[in-house]
Amino acid sequence: MSENRRDFMKLTGVFGLLAAAGLLSTTEALAQQQGWNKAAFETKSLADTYKVLGGTPTESADISITAPDIAENGAVVPVGVTSKIPNTQAVYILVEKNPNMLAAGFNIPPGTAAEVATRIKMGQTSNVYAVVKANDKFYVASKEVKVTLGGCGG
Amino acid sequence: MPDPMRIRATAQGDVVDVRVLMSHEMEGGQRRDAAGNLVPAHFIQTVTVTHGGKTVLSAEWGPAVSKNPYLQFKFTGGKKGDELTVTWVDNKGETRTDKAVIN
Repeated sequence: MSENRRDFMKLTGVFGLLAAAGLLSTTEALAQQQGWNKAAFETKSLADTYKVLGGTPTESADISITAPDIAENGAVVPVGVTSKIPNTQAVYILVEKNPNMLAAGFNIPPGTAAEVATRIKMGQTSNVYAVVKANDKFYVASKEVKVTLGGCGG
Repeated sequence: MPDPMRIRATAQGDVVDVRVLMSHEMEGGQRRDAAGNLVPAHFIQTVTVTHGGKTVLSAEWGPAVSKNPYLQFKFTGGKKGDELTVTWVDNKGETRTDKAVIN
């Protein structure tokens, strides 16, 4: 079981690199679903993503990103975001060099801590941006994550 | 029917730490199979966590979330014994809802 999983991860890592190299097209007709911001997930540049999300963020030292400096496997990169900005409404995780930048968005209702963690795929070494929406303004922090070639270290 | 999620929710005071591991392919739609055909995208788009009828977290995901997605967050106002409901819906309309008790 774990052997298979490892093989699969190797494969996804390789394919991830292919995808990032632009060999594979990203235009898949995706079924639109309620509550899912299709436009935001289809943007291909930081500026476009910011526009769809609703504003250009300002740098903030109150956002921290928990992610490895070096990710051995680009298919599984643990990323956590903590925002100390009061009234944080939403947290978005963006990967600059992925085919589509937006990886995940989290709506934070009152009472929920502005602290989320998940695992994302990265095609190659890239900056990871954490965009936080608070009081209807946008803030951002970034961190570079190096992805080991092949997406899977020895 | 997709496999069940593994949900762990622990309360410390009134802060509940929630960890969810979902079982999903999270196919990005950019990968080709051995025959060179594009593998169609198949990934979870929305995740909703509710507690006592109130949404405590809703997430929108793209195909860049890893296979068998992991989610962790914290909210206040829960206590031991309360029930937590997690629902995901993917881009093919498949859905799965699981419940867990906070301990």
